[in-house]
Order: sequence, then structure tokens, then C-alpha cells
Amino acid sequence: MGKSEQLTGSAAAPEASSYTPTEYLEVRDLRIHFPTDDGLVKAVDGVSFALSEGRTLGIVGESGSGKSVSSLGIMGLYNRKNSKISGEIWLDGQEIVGASAEQVRRMRGRKMAMIFQDPLSSLNPFYTVGNQIIEAYRLHNDVTKQVAHKHAIEMLDRVGIPQPDRRVDDYPHHFSGGMRQRAMIAMALSCDPQLLIADEPTTALDVTVQAQILDLIRDLQEEFNSAVIMITHDLGVVAEVADDVLVMYGGKPVEFGDVETLFHRPEHPYTWGLMGSMPRLDRPPTERLLPIKGTPPSLINLPTGCAFHPRCAYRELNNGKSEAEVPQLVESVPGHKVACHLPHERRQQIWAEEIQPKVTEEPLASTDFEEGAP
Amino acid sequence: MTENCSTSERELMKSPKVLTLASVGAVALSLGLSACGGSDNGGSGSSGGGGGGSAVKFDQGSTAVVRPSDAKGGTLRFGQSDDFDSTDPGNTYYAFSLNFSRLYSRTLMTYASKPGKEGAKFVPDLAQGPGQATDNNKTWTYKLKPGIKYEDGSAVKAADVKYAIARTFDRGILGKGPAYFPQLLIDGDKYKGPYKDKNLDHFKGVTTPDDSTVVLHFKNPFPEVDQLVGFSGQTNPVPQAKDKGAQYALHPISTGPYMWQGNYQPKKGGTLVPNPNWDASTDPNRKQLPAKITVEAGIETNEVDNRLLSGSLDIDLPGSGVQAAARQKILTDPKLKANADNPLAGFHWYIPINTKNIPNVECRKAIVFAADRDAMYRAYGGEVGGQLSTSIQPPNVDGRQKGTDAYTQSTPGYHGDVNQAKAALQKCGKPSGFSTTMVYRSDRDKEKATAEALQQAEARVGIKLNLKGYPSGTYTGEQFGSPSFVKKEDIGLGTYGWAPDWPTGYGYLQPITDGKAIVPSGNSNPEEENNPDVNKMWNQVVTVSDPAQRAQIYNQIDQKVRDDAAILPNVYAKSLLYRPTTVSNVYFHAGYGMYDYANMGVATGG
Amino acid sequence: MIAYIVRRLIGAVVMLFVITVSVFVIFFLVPKAAGVTTDDLAARFAGKSPTPDALAEIKERFGLNDPVVVQYGKFVKALVLGDKYDTGTQIINCHAPCLGYSFRTAQPVLQQILDRAPVTFSIALGAAVLWVVGGVSVGVLSALRRGKIIDRFSMGVALAGVSLPIFFTGLVMLAYVVHKWNLLPEPDYTPLTQNPAKWAEGLLLPWIGLAFLYAALYARLTRAGMLETMNEDYIRTARAKGLPERRVITKHALRATLTPVLTIFGLDIGLLLGGAILTERTFSMKGLGQLALDGVFQSDLPVVVGVTLTAAVFIIVANLFVDILYGVVDPRVRL
Repeated sequence: MGKSEQLTGSAAAPEASSYTPTEYLEVRDLRIHFPTDDGLVKAVDGVSFALSEGRTLGIVGESGSGKSVSSLGIMGLYNRKNSKISGEIWLDGQEIVGASAEQVRRMRGRKMAMIFQDPLSSLNPFYTVGNQIIEAYRLHNDVTKQVAHKHAIEMLDRVGIPQPDRRVDDYPHHFSGGMRQRAMIAMALSCDPQLLIADEPTTALDVTVQAQILDLIRDLQEEFNSAVIMITHDLGVVAEVADDVLVMYGGKPVEFGDVETLFHRPEHPYTWGLMGSMPRLDRPPTERLLPIKGTPPSLINLPTGCAFHPRCAYRELNNGKSEAEVPQLVESVPGHKVACHLPHERRQQIWAEEIQPKVTEEPLASTDFEEGAP
Repeated sequence: MTENCSTSERELMKSPKVLTLASVGAVALSLGLSACGGSDNGGSGSSGGGGGGSAVKFDQGSTAVVRPSDAKGGTLRFGQSDDFDSTDPGNTYYAFSLNFSRLYSRTLMTYASKPGKEGAKFVPDLAQGPGQATDNNKTWTYKLKPGIKYEDGSAVKAADVKYAIARTFDRGILGKGPAYFPQLLIDGDKYKGPYKDKNLDHFKGVTTPDDSTVVLHFKNPFPEVDQLVGFSGQTNPVPQAKDKGAQYALHPISTGPYMWQGNYQPKKGGTLVPNPNWDASTDPNRKQLPAKITVEAGIETNEVDNRLLSGSLDIDLPGSGVQAAARQKILTDPKLKANADNPLAGFHWYIPINTKNIPNVECRKAIVFAADRDAMYRAYGGEVGGQLSTSIQPPNVDGRQKGTDAYTQSTPGYHGDVNQAKAALQKCGKPSGFSTTMVYRSDRDKEKATAEALQQAEARVGIKLNLKGYPSGTYTGEQFGSPSFVKKEDIGLGTYGWAPDWPTGYGYLQPITDGKAIVPSGNSNPEEENNPDVNKMWNQVVTVSDPAQRAQIYNQIDQKVRDDAAILPNVYAKSLLYRPTTVSNVYFHAGYGMYDYANMGVATGG
Repeated sequence: MIAYIVRRLIGAVVMLFVITVSVFVIFFLVPKAAGVTTDDLAARFAGKSPTPDALAEIKERFGLNDPVVVQYGKFVKALVLGDKYDTGTQIINCHAPCLGYSFRTAQPVLQQILDRAPVTFSIALGAAVLWVVGGVSVGVLSALRRGKIIDRFSMGVALAGVSLPIFFTGLVMLAYVVHKWNLLPEPDYTPLTQNPAKWAEGLLLPWIGLAFLYAALYARLTRAGMLETMNEDYIRTARAKGLPERRVITKHALRATLTPVLTIFGLDIGLLLGGAILTERTFSMKGLGQLALDGVFQSDLPVVVGVTLTAAVFIIVANLFVDILYGVVDPRVRL
């Protein structure tokens, strides 16, 4: 992975998915806050996006950026008792934020399913893989055990488990890491959900298996025509599977665009940083890696103005606006939204002159700029 | 011979009156129990004399029959926290076992079933009259009453009494009962009992000239055979064909008013039902009132009291008094208190003063003079706990006379005589006092308090007492009861208590004052009194036939030992017994030191 | 699995051997070290002031003169081959496994144990049902309502249960329930086969008392386990499937929570079956515990050895059972 062809995006048409109320999934101004003893944690603070069937949205960010909480918000898996949620989530025409826990539960597994990071700990060690798939299937489909058992074998077969009729009665600890994740996927897809959320599905797997799993997800998506949210901190994964990309920072979206735009013409300094941090197989790892300075922000005391400003090399170009004013996510070109105080042209200029040469594989024409500005 | 108060499990088994402690042993950890006889700490207030009417009064049962009745029927329920040492009348030493076994056994003589001091006297039971002594008190003859039958209707023969005595010679099979017969009867050292030697003719200690005559042959003169054959169940006849040796206890064949229904289950209990072959006309000392008598063993100690108070149990078998919790409840609730008795239990708590380590009588007198009797009395709980003693023999000993207060006084508030004590020290040649060791049972708070009170009092005249406590389990056997230990540790005095096998001066005083009684371990004469005058009186008294005359000598011995300042009298123990309203015909029996179990009935409609 | 069980059974026999040796050592060597002679031991079974002759007879009869090794050999021989017992008037055959005759009551020990085992079993098993059901449900409830009033209240009660000894709670219950309010009769054992209602009525207080003690522990254990389990990823997975919360708890969370509880349960029930000493004493129930207690207090060696051995068998069997059950519950430890 990580080839430049992939970086440009290949799956879908590059046109930006413009907001329309008829999309399969629409998230509008989603906010999830947790009151704690230390203060209010604004884990997600104003996220909006839309996703249609057959498309894949990659949500990218560091840990604590709000990407996982957003997805748990959609699944209704956040703790209702100690969190405040506002905004709207429309899934297949039904609003989720205002719905009862019971209504959301009925949608889980059937209309939306989720794959988690660590397939070993995410499968219950006390039950067979088949049992866990059957359980999900029978919950939403009124079928006999025999039918469900057959279905489980089919699902395992479909996700590429060899001898599924025998492995179906195995326990998770009998499976290898990759097989477990395949089993997880089989379980998630057993009820034909139209929305699949994959939260770092390959992080816990070794590199060779990662690609297989991503391929599998992509193949299955085509087959089932489902909408997929791929949550990752790894831009390589996004490049491989996503149609659109949402970059999050400090609980807020900072850039949104289709995969080609985002990889070829990113405009947010944070996105630049992410691309600079991306380890690449085609280069010695230490060279020209552009790490993002500093640490992710506290979600309780976000920096004033642009939350990214303490780590931003270009904040001084904005005459104090960075520190004072929260930038809005606005369209810079159609289908490409950025939350940054820098003027559109300036951003394009910096990308083209300073960043791109360092993060792409193209031989550097010039090195006459300061590396790693303060 | 007599009874030694100690709490060691071993001692307890041996000591009839102490057995509550044995039973309590298991639970003793939970509560600070008082010592042997009973005593307490709490208020008092006896309700005074007689008064008619049906209303019962506090302590009424100590001297009179409460709710006298001959009404039959009902179930009388006995309970205990431990168990009998044995239900075989010939193999038990616990006072309550002996008391209870009177329900299904009869002996040549027995205690008179009467309240007050009369209960300490022995009267004929199977025998037609008291034993006829011949040969200078060495041969004793008893004639059996005619018509006495076993529970199966067969007749009781003199040979059965002989067999019953013979079987107590096998100390391996039946070792728990008193060992007087093997020790006192002729050939006691040669005859090994009927289990090893089936031919009863080889047993010469008892002869049966005919079916109704039993003759006992003693090695040496022994004056108190009526007491000997009456205090224990060892002369209760046993039909040889029915004897099951070690397992006879499960169902001893009854001669009394009741008989076991099936077997007694050790540590669980059993049921007695009326014996149809018992004839009341031959037995003035027992009644057959309840339709059924049940025994439950293994009840938790405090639960026994709770059941007594709530009416679901009639009698606490061991009869040594209620526990601290119930005592508090009873003494503070007038209704409960009216149903309680506070009799003298038979024990005397006294202080032996060792005549070897403190050889000068004047020095011993100084200790007695300086003692604060009031403080020591209060250490035992005051009025409910006991009575200030004046003689070594407690009041329920037959023929005992009140002491003369040789060096001490039993008047309330007497704190000792410092001047006389100092004068005695002068005569002893130690005008500034001396120091010695006083021992006590460390797990008995009252003894500790007594020792501390004495320590304070003696310090007033310069006698310094170093206090040392030892566990009660080994105290009377291996520490205070071991002359070599007493010598090694230079022990001058200690706390002690004593109750007799039978309430005569012989039973009470002989083991604790006779020089012959001094033994290497388990010594019951820890003062090591070995006065030639006293020893001589002991040798003489056994040939005296007249009980009154003997009692006179016992009183002289009592006086003499006090003159020697070998024993500092302290307190006669009193127990607090609860007498549920469910029982009729109930009274405190001086001989057993508890209620008489052979004459109770079930109170109806009360 | 079979090989495993066989291995465990062999281990059990070795264990029993070690236990019998230990009991002999404790009863002979330890008192000896403390200065108790065989005379002292014999004196415990004699009446007052026993003569040396009497002590010699008792020592002879109880075999106290034999070296400990010989006594042990005789014990094992009786256990395997049976023994004979002389009551004085007759010789009784004691068939294997012969645990001997009580020094004190002259009754066969095995018969006493068989006689009392139903009492102890009834107490232990009845209480176990109460404390497992009660403890686990309180623990689950507490974990799910963590920090809420019900959690604090039940954990407070649990703390009390763990801290208060049975002879306190038991006596309090007796004082009020039985003696003051007369709600129940005094605890007593009626065989289940004879009258189930009376059986339960007579055992209710011991059950409650004992269950209170253990339920507290199990509640705390369950709560802690539950809190840990509810944070597991697979619980989130189960929820993501859309399982109702009740199902998430009963099917997915409880099983993981209960595996450590099961281990403790095996030990507890094994121990209790050998005699719930304090409970039996407190409620005056005549079970194995009281038998053992009496035996110890009265130096009745055959009874002590017999009950100890029986208790050991129960503990070993209970643990074996739990180990097998563990394999059933947790597929990862299957053998």
C-alpha cells in the first residue's frame, strides 16, 4: 500500500458528495459532550457529513480527535447517562439522536454494524464464532437455529474462512488474528447492514493481513452496496478505500473533500502534518518525515481560536486571528471544505511550494525552504 | 475423692459440678465466663421471707418447692450445650448426669428428695434401710426392698448390684465414673472386672448371701458408705445378660420411673418415657409426672438461656446457672427475676497459703489479718455472686458449723486489720514485711480481681505479692496442683475452689487438708497442710460410727486448719438458676447443687 | 478429560494420605512437644483422680502406648480391611472403611458421620443456593448501578456481611426472629424425605445466616468482576449487534464474571460440606462441624480423624467438580 496511484484515489468518481437531505446517512452538527469532574469534555463538537450507499467515508485524526466517539454516537453506543448529545443523525430516513435507546438498539446490527480494532478482545472468548454470528442474525431475523447456522457458515465462507462448516464451531482463540477480524466482519455483515463502521479495523493486525482485510471490506462493500465509514489514523488506509475524507481535530472537522482532492490539494496545515507523518515504504523512514509538533489538545480546555494554532507553523500569518477566532468549515472550492484562517490562495501556495515536495515521492526540485517551521 | 474446680477439659470431665464449664468450653472464647460454681456481677435484692399465695418469688426455689403439684402429663424438655459424660449410671461423674440418671436408675441409698439442707442427707432407695456396719466399719450390709423390677418386668436381684459394682473395676471400659470401689473394697487391686474375668465369684469385694442381701467388704474402716453407695449411680443394678459394656450407655436397663425410648444418641439427645414396671410405693424419692421427658444435647450456650427464657426449654441440664447475658436480663427484669433462684452452689472459693514456702504461722496469720475481705467479696460479684465465708466447709455440708472468724471477719465492709497484721509480722520476725508469689487462673476475671485486691491489701503492711496467672486448663494439675512447681516458683498463695462428692465434712475437707492427700500432680491440698494433729484426727474419724460425732471432728479440723492460717476463707459461690414457669414441683437440691430432676412435673395452664 | 480426572483422583488419594498423617502428627507430636504425656491423654478419658492402673488400662484399650507409626498403620489397616471392636461384652465387626470407634461414646465413627452428614449437607447446599443467587444478583445489580444508592447500600450491607461473624448475626436472628417475634421455631433438622416443609423451616435461619456471610463476599466478587467485564471489548461488540442490555449481561458479561466466582465456590462448598462449624454451633445443629468440634475438645482422636478425612474428601471432590465445570464454562481451559 501507499502507492501514489492509490493516493490519488481510485474507487469512485472524484466529485464531492454535496449535502442533500436524501442521503442514506446524514450527520448534522453532531455534538457529544461528557461532563467530568475536571470539566466538560467536548469529544465531538459540531460534526456534519453525509454518506450515501455504496460510498466510503474515511474519518482521519489523531487519538482524541473525536473520530471514534462520532461513530459510537451514530451507533448509539455512547453512555447515555453521562453524556450530552445534540445535533441530528439521520439514518435511512430515521433520526437517531432523538430516538429512544430501544429504537436505536433495534437498528444496531441490522441497519448499521461496526467492526472494532482488536478482533481478539472484541469476540467473546466463551462462545464459538458461529454462536456469535448466529446470535446477531437471529436477533434481527426470525429464523430457526439451523437456518442461522447455515447462514453463519455462508458468511464465514464469504469472508474467506477456509472450511467454514468446521470452523464455525471453533472458539475465537482457535483463530488467527486475521481470521478473527474476518469473523468479526462476517458477524457485522450477517444482517446486511447498509452502514458499516470500521474503527481502525487493521491496526491490531500485521501488515500482510492488513491489506487482505481492506480488500475484503472493499469487495464486500461493492457486493452489498453498503455505506462504509472507515475510521483510522492511517492515511494510507484512507487512500486505499475511501471515496471521501473527513479530517478531524479537537472534536471538530477541519477539512473535508474527496480522496483525490485531499491527497493532491490538501489545504489545512493539520492535514499537511498528517501527510508528513505518514510512514512510507518507499522512503527511508527518518528522512523528510514531517511530524506534527506538540501534543493533541485537551478536550476540556481547547486552545482559543483555531484549536490547532499552538501546533501550527503558519499561525503568525493571520495577525492574531488564529488565537482569537474559531475558523469555520467553509467551502474553498466546490466539494472541498476547510476550516482555516489562511486565505485559500495562500494555502494552495504553501502546499505547492513547501509541503508537497516533501511528502510526495517526486524527487525534490528544490530544498530552499526552511524545514520544520516553528 | 472430692471435687476440684478447674476448667480444664480434663478436669471438667472429672468434676461433677463444674461440668457446665466443660460444656461451655467450646464457647468459652466468646464470653468471659465466670468460674466454677457461678457467681456474678450485678445487683441483688432477695425478696425476703415466706409469704403465702401462688405468686412465685425470687430465690423461693432455693428453700422450698415451687408450684408443688402431682399433675401428670406433658413433656418435660431438658437441654444442654454439651452432653452427659455418659448415660450409663455406673460410668458417670458429672453431678447433673447423676442427678438426671435418678430418673432411670436406683441405687442402694440416695439423696433425700427434699428442699433445703435435708436434701444433703442420704436415705434408703433400693435398700430397706441404711447400711449395717460391722467389723469396725469394714463390713456393710444392705437388704433390698422386695418387688423391685427392671423396665422389662424381671426382678432385681442382689447379684445384679454386685455385678454393677464389679463392672466399675474395669477402668479401661468404664473409666469415667468414681473409682472408690476399686480403691476401697478388698482385692481391689487384684480383681480386674467382669469383662476380663467372667466368673463373678472371683470378686470378693461384694458378696450376696441371698437374692436380697448385698454385703460390701472394705479393706479399711470406712464410715460413710451410705453416702458412697448413694452419691453415684454405681450401685444401680445391671442385669449381666443385658450388659453391653462400653455401649450399655445407649440404653441402660431402667429401674427408675422412666426408661429410654430406643437408644440415647450421644451428642444429640434422647427421650424418656414412663417405666410401667416402676412402683411408686417403693420409691418416695422420685415422681412419675411428665408423660415424656426429652433431652437435647449440643445447644449453643447462650441459646440454652434464650430458650429457657422464651419457654421453649424447661431445664438447663448442667444446672450451674445462666450465662452473663441472661444473668443481666434476669436481674434487671422483676418478672424474670421472680422465676430465678440464687442458691449456694456448693463451691467455696478460698485462698490456700502454702505452709512450706511460708513456714512461720505468724507470717501466714499476717496475710490473713491484712486481707481485705470486702474487696475480695466484691471481686466475686457481691450478693448475687456469693456469700462471705466463715469456715472452710460451705453451709450445705451436713453438720457444718459456722466458723469463729479466727483471724478474719465476714461482716460486710470488713477491710482487714492492719494493726494485728503488723503485730503478727513482728512475731514472725519480719516487721517490715516480706514478698511472695500469688498465683491465679489468668482466664478467670474474678480470680484476677481477687488477687489484685489481695495484693493491694497486703501492701498496706509491707507484704509484697507478685501476681502470676496461669491458664485454668493446667492450673490445678501442673502449677498450683504440683508441689514441686510450687516450691520451684516459691508460690506463697493462690486462688482455689472446692466442692465435695458428697456433702459431709469427710467429702469436703479430707482431700484438701489431710497430709495423705498431698500428691505430686493434681494436688488438691496446695497449702500442703500436713499438721500431725489434723492427720491424727483423719485417722480416727473413719472408725466413728455416729455421723453427728464425726461432724464434730470435721468442724474441729476445719477450725484447726484455719488456726494454722493455711486457708484464708473467701466466698461461698452462689449460682443464678432460672426456673421456667413451665415446670412444677421444682426446688434446689443441696446434694446435687441444682434443681432436683427426678421430681419435676410440667406446669399446666400457667 | 478422563486421563485428567484419573490424575486428579490419584492426587486426591495422596492428599488424603498426607491429611491423615498430618492429623496424627497434630494429635500426637504437637501435644507431646507441649509436654502432654500419654498419661495426661489417658487421664482425659478417666474419671477423677485415676490410679496408674486405670490409666494403663485406658492406654492399652485406646492403643495410646503404641508408637504413632503403629497407630497410624492400624488406622490405615482398619480403613482398608476393617477392624474389630471390643465393647467388653462382645466383639463387633467394623467393616471397611472402618474409621474406628469414638473413644468417648464408643460409637462407630463412620455411622456418626453418615448420621450427621445430611444435616451439614442440607445447611451447606441450601445456603449455597441462597448466597449464590443472592450474592451474584446483588453484585450484578450493584455493578450496573455503580455509585448509585442501591450500589452503596448493597455494598454497605455486603461489608457488614463479610465483617460480622456468624455467631453474632446468628444470635441476633435467634434472639429476634425466634425468641422475640416467634416467627420461626428453633432451628432443627427434619429429614427432607420426611417433611420437606419442616426441613426448610428448620433450616431457614442457618441458611440465611450462612448465606449472608458468603453472599456478601460473592456480591463483592461479582460486582468487581462485572465492572471489569463490562469494559471488555466484546461487551461493546455484543451491544453493537443490537442485543438487548439484559441479554448482553446474562449471556456475555455474566459468564466471564462467574468463572472466578466458581473457583471460590468450589473451595467454599467443599469446606462447608466438611462441617459448617460456627454455623452449626450457633444454631445448635448437629452436623459434622459440631462432631468435629466435640472431638477436638474431648481429644476424641478417631472422631477427629474421621471427620477430617471426610471433610478432605468433600473438598477434593468439590474442587475436582469445579475444575471439570471450569472446563465446561471456559473453552480456553479445556483439556
